[in-house]
Amino acid sequence: MKITLKIWRQKNNSSKGRFVEYSVDNVNGHMSFLEMLDVLNENLIHKGEDPVAFTHDCREGICGSCGIVINGRPHGPDTAVATCQLHMRNFKDGDVILVEPWRARAFPVIKDLAVDRSAFDRILQAGGYVSVDTGSAPEANAILVPKEKAEEAFLAAACIGCGACVAACKNASAMLFVSAKISHLALLPQGDPERRERALKMVKAMDEEGFGPCTNTGACEAECPKEISVAHIARLNREYLMATFT
Amino acid sequence: MLDAKIPEGKLEHKWNNYLFRVHLVSPANKRKYQIIVVGSGLAGASAAASLGELGYQVTLLTYHDSPRRAHSIAAQGGINAAKNYHNDGDSVFRLFYDTIKGGDYRAREANVYRLAQVSSHIIDQAVAQGVPFAREYGGHLDNRSFGGAQVARTFYAKGQTGQQLLLGSYGALNRQIHAGNVKLYTRHDMLDVVVADGQARGVIARDLVTGEIRRFSGHAVVLATGGYGNVYYLSTNAKLSNATAIWRAYRKGAFFANPAFTQIHPTCIPQSGDYQSKLTLMSESLRNDGRVWVPKTKETAEKLRKHQINPQDVTEEERDYYLERRYPSFGNLVPRDVASRAAKERCDAGFGVAPTGLGVYLDFKESIERHGKETIEARYGNLFQMYEKITSHNPYQRPMTIYPAVHYTMGGLWIDYNLMTTIPGLYAIGEANFSDHGANRLGASALMQGLADGYFILPVTIGDYLSEHRGDDLTTDRPEFETAESEMRETIDHLLGRNGKKTPDQFHRELGEIMWHSVGMSRNAEGLNHAIEEIRKLRAEFETNLKTVGKAEEYNETLEKAMRVRDFLELGELMAKDALLREESCGGHFREEFQTEDGEARRDDEHFTYVSAWEHSPQGPVLHKEHLTFEKVTPTQRSYK
Repeated sequence: MKITLKIWRQKNNSSKGRFVEYSVDNVNGHMSFLEMLDVLNENLIHKGEDPVAFTHDCREGICGSCGIVINGRPHGPDTAVATCQLHMRNFKDGDVILVEPWRARAFPVIKDLAVDRSAFDRILQAGGYVSVDTGSAPEANAILVPKEKAEEAFLAAACIGCGACVAACKNASAMLFVSAKISHLALLPQGDPERRERALKMVKAMDEEGFGPCTNTGACEAECPKEISVAHIARLNREYLMATFT
Repeated sequence: MLDAKIPEGKLEHKWNNYLFRVHLVSPANKRKYQIIVVGSGLAGASAAASLGELGYQVTLLTYHDSPRRAHSIAAQGGINAAKNYHNDGDSVFRLFYDTIKGGDYRAREANVYRLAQVSSHIIDQAVAQGVPFAREYGGHLDNRSFGGAQVARTFYAKGQTGQQLLLGSYGALNRQIHAGNVKLYTRHDMLDVVVADGQARGVIARDLVTGEIRRFSGHAVVLATGGYGNVYYLSTNAKLSNATAIWRAYRKGAFFANPAFTQIHPTCIPQSGDYQSKLTLMSESLRNDGRVWVPKTKETAEKLRKHQINPQDVTEEERDYYLERRYPSFGNLVPRDVASRAAKERCDAGFGVAPTGLGVYLDFKESIERHGKETIEARYGNLFQMYEKITSHNPYQRPMTIYPAVHYTMGGLWIDYNLMTTIPGLYAIGEANFSDHGANRLGASALMQGLADGYFILPVTIGDYLSEHRGDDLTTDRPEFETAESEMRETIDHLLGRNGKKTPDQFHRELGEIMWHSVGMSRNAEGLNHAIEEIRKLRAEFETNLKTVGKAEEYNETLEKAMRVRDFLELGELMAKDALLREESCGGHFREEFQTEDGEARRDDEHFTYVSAWEHSPQGPVLHKEHLTFEKVTPTQRSYK
């Protein structure tokens, strides 16, 4: 296949960006999208040009490093995959593909397609954990968790922190990300003692980072590579309300 | 002379004896000590969090944009612990024994026993943090069995155990960052260790966004920077995983142990083309329910390779379940090294099934019939989905095609019982050290070791060192920092100024080819000598023909890669040298000259019951030996038949 790419190039956070057109020949359907970008970058280096910056690492959809808006969709046209798991068989010969970074005020562009998502870390630092020192844990089977609850908590905990939910949302809201952590811990007995405080602290941190409000469009769930459900947002709202009333 | 500083007493009592006699830092004094932790995977995050909880001041460096991205996140199958929840005869001693045996008697007994002792606490800790492990209907924790063990001691969270454990440690870390005990520096790539007065006193790191070279000082430095599997270019490691931190430490005087001990994992998705950037693992847990086979005849294999028939069409009589045939008592659950070599043997003999001839089947048909699709989906759903996304084949209907790939490195920085390297004050934990896995690691033991080191061992042992070194004022104004920094600047200028024709990736791929073919799943003296020559040529070419772009003082991934490849090239040569020295086959190190009549690894305990620990010198690596003594187990020929 031959593919034309229109890629957002931006030297750094303080410079202006623009789309630059590139073409890549001999694209094979078994290639991942990132492998196709690797090929482009090798070509660029050979020509003495600056390769396209994008974040990536595990390339199996679990580290959450990668994240590119492809033809307007975070992580591209396939469902339930991160960009690294998107294969070129989803495209056809002659396609023109628009390639952009996550766009959100809380995720400033560092270079090209790489953005700063440290806002997510700061939200979790505010309270997205169970406060237990190393060594003070009781015997593991002393804490019983019904199978269904454990599985529900697992589904929420499967979030990879990639930020696609924010990129997909017209308000750049981080509600799906925050609610996944709230849900994961609220569903488990271990998370119960701090659940109110956690909801208050994390929501406050989220607001301070400049994420927008949730208007229930469901775009986040549709683009989430781990198919995290918007039902968690409802739980977050309940947790938050309960916390503010007491 | 290498002194592993193993405590006195019987094996079962060593750790307790140690805990009693260890020097402690008083709670009021802990805040006077600054500890640098490099890496934020299971080992680094758990260590930084636990040290912060104790009251130490911790600086944590990671090249990722968030600590949660570290490669521990990708571990799939599970974590072992000697809980004996299944009443199937497990015990601390059995976990210890299985690990020593699985490692083919090339690990240190005292360390492994301690690992088995603390294993249970790791599960307690993770559960208390809210790690959503799989559960039984009664709400108790579920277990599964894993390769190399006959008991079910593996705790898991679907095929995402590493992710869930890392998020647990990351949560504990976040709590300490919030409390101000840990200061986090993301997108900072450690480039060198600073040694002054014979002690580790800090590191040099590059800010990957601005390109700024920065100095960090500490009373101790902990490297939790993972393994070096990416020396092979293609491996199941994450793309950025690299050896620079441990290699720089080696260059500064830390001994490098057993570099030749690498693990080739049997169940990975085969390579599909030259553009391939990495290989994807399919968890070993799949071998619990999947049966490995190739056809009995070469004709059938040929038809399968050409897609003339489908594997589902091959009748039971035509299939060779070669692991079950060769190893009736362990069957599909033999350790990784055994399973990998058996796959290579069948493919080399012409029975391979992928288009390249390098592939075998992992078939779930029988398990789906026995347990139902729902059960299999609950166990491995995300792995099946991952497989289908990559290959476009549905493993519920058609067996997976798999082939071995580089996965883990048992070698690493040599450490004593305190987890300290030969540089005082420099520690190595997790995969970065030469570890407790001997010549072969058992499945679900990497997570256990990383967390044992980080949560329970290092936080105690580091106090023993710090208590004897006053928390004096730290400064980065020492000449040693100056020298280390200017050397780094020179290196960078040199790499950026070569203007040759080959990119860092091209050099890396070429190195990977050499390593895979000659220092891979099976090795021989001729191939190893050839590899050393080839690597030297490649290193010489790297000096003159490297192509880079961009500047030092900016975001520059080409430069990052060039620095990593430079270190991989040097390390590759040491790996080949170590493999050449070890004239025996043990665990993942298989020397063709040393095998039994039926093709199994033949150890030579008389001459090689030692850890090879290499010291850097300008004249070339110098070998030191740590002789291993076995108090509790008697090394025997491993048999899984």
